[in-house]
Amino acid sequence: MSLEFTSSEMMSVTAARALTNDMTCFVGIGLPSEAANLARLTHAPDVTLIYESGTLQTKPDVLPLSIGDGELCESALTTVSVPEMFRYWLQGGHISVGFLGTAQIDRFANLNTTLIGDYRAPKVRLPGGGGAPEIATNAKEVFITVKHSKRTFVKDVDFITTVGFGRDGKARDNVPNIGRGPTVVITDLCILKPDPDTKELVVTSLHPNVTREDVIEATGWEIRFADQLATTPEPTAKELEVLRDLKARTDAHHSAAQSGQQ
Amino acid sequence: MAEFLSLQEAVSQHINNGDTVAMEGFTHLIPFAAGHEIIRQEKRDLTLIRMTPDLIYDQMIGAGCAKKLIFSWGGNPGVGSLHRLRDAVEKGWPNKLEILEHSHAAMANAYEAGAAGLPLAVLRGYVGSDLPKVNDQIKFIECPFTGERLAAVPSVRPDVAVIHAQRADRKGNVLIEGIVGIQKEVVLAAKRSIVTVEEVVDDLGASVNACVLPSWAVTAIAEAPRGASPSYALGYYERDNAFYKAWDGIARDRDTFLSWLKDNVFEKGAA
Repeated sequence: MSLEFTSSEMMSVTAARALTNDMTCFVGIGLPSEAANLARLTHAPDVTLIYESGTLQTKPDVLPLSIGDGELCESALTTVSVPEMFRYWLQGGHISVGFLGTAQIDRFANLNTTLIGDYRAPKVRLPGGGGAPEIATNAKEVFITVKHSKRTFVKDVDFITTVGFGRDGKARDNVPNIGRGPTVVITDLCILKPDPDTKELVVTSLHPNVTREDVIEATGWEIRFADQLATTPEPTAKELEVLRDLKARTDAHHSAAQSGQQ
Repeated sequence: MAEFLSLQEAVSQHINNGDTVAMEGFTHLIPFAAGHEIIRQEKRDLTLIRMTPDLIYDQMIGAGCAKKLIFSWGGNPGVGSLHRLRDAVEKGWPNKLEILEHSHAAMANAYEAGAAGLPLAVLRGYVGSDLPKVNDQIKFIECPFTGERLAAVPSVRPDVAVIHAQRADRKGNVLIEGIVGIQKEVVLAAKRSIVTVEEVVDDLGASVNACVLPSWAVTAIAEAPRGASPSYALGYYERDNAFYKAWDGIARDRDTFLSWLKDNVFEKGAA
């Protein structure tokens, strides 16, 4: 009998499985953080997680709400300054995977977290780049996890905050000392990977109970499917249990008001 | 040597209208008490610099203190938007706000270059990003040795740095523990500095490699217990994540925000 799980759980479990024990992962907040810690608590107990606040090799018991929660520092091997984090550890070439979320992504895996509309007169102003622009180029490869919808998966992003493969798929060509860029995008519907030649994102695996039509409907360009289209393995009972426990602990932790007032 | 002042005196003596002010603390040790004092003293036309504007600048922008913001990530971490920042950028309320945005790596490098007394920072950054198209402070230079194209940004040299730290000793030496962010860099990069502390103690209890700012590198120290709340001070109190979530509702609406500001900032004096 198959287990019951939500599409969000399917996404988190699939994203977690992308990480292995030997990786050193620079973790973005939100979905990437959930996936990275799920990996650590299941199949990859020795995966090295690094957050841009300077916390090296951290093992939080609950998911941090911010990139610099005390939990991250107290459970880390050590904590370094923010310039050291970006200069020595990231730019210095010690990060194997940058794990990012985004507000918008396009067919060449460029990410927009800056704004919707025109820069000087934005329709919606988003938070901005943060660590992502340099994580995406200085990490050896990049994993992206984001929910699939037409608003998010657009043909061309309004603004390239963080480069995937540029407007033409060639932005990394002949650039020295640059990582491979996005190698996988994990959504709540499917797994996408860049075409080895054109770098355009192609669906390589559909999650259980998801159809091609579902993906086409949720994508803002004419999405292509791999010839050998796989079906993503379902979450196991253990993965679901660990994920649900982690989320329950996290919710309880973050809703406990301390002062309520400043 | 650092001068011990009340928070009210420190802000009034060292922060002027029109100053460039960097109030740092990377999620940890954000100097909220000092921010509230700046709001109470109705400082105006400030150029505010901070990697993550966070709630502190959302409050100061909404209170009308800022004319310009230099930043690299302007959200409410794990929650969503900074609504006062967005209202200022999108609608010009309560006044127009000029913005200059960077990436974290560039700002961290720029603070470090400021502390090092250099005019610019060089990094392997902004490759393929549109940020250089909208920020004329991002340039590219060629490495004179390898020919590699590298990004350059001006160093950060603020008029005033404001940080919060765990403690100072009675001579004014300051100890910062935990996520140290760019606390040391911003103080050394600035012309003047205000450090608020949880407490003043006889002995800092610093280990040999601890992050310590000597008294002679700091301008003013003010005791401000819980001065980083709703962010946190490692060893003293935790981050008030519930307040960060509640802020979304408070800040979304101008009237709710103004009423919060009146009750929680204007009608409360400095510690």
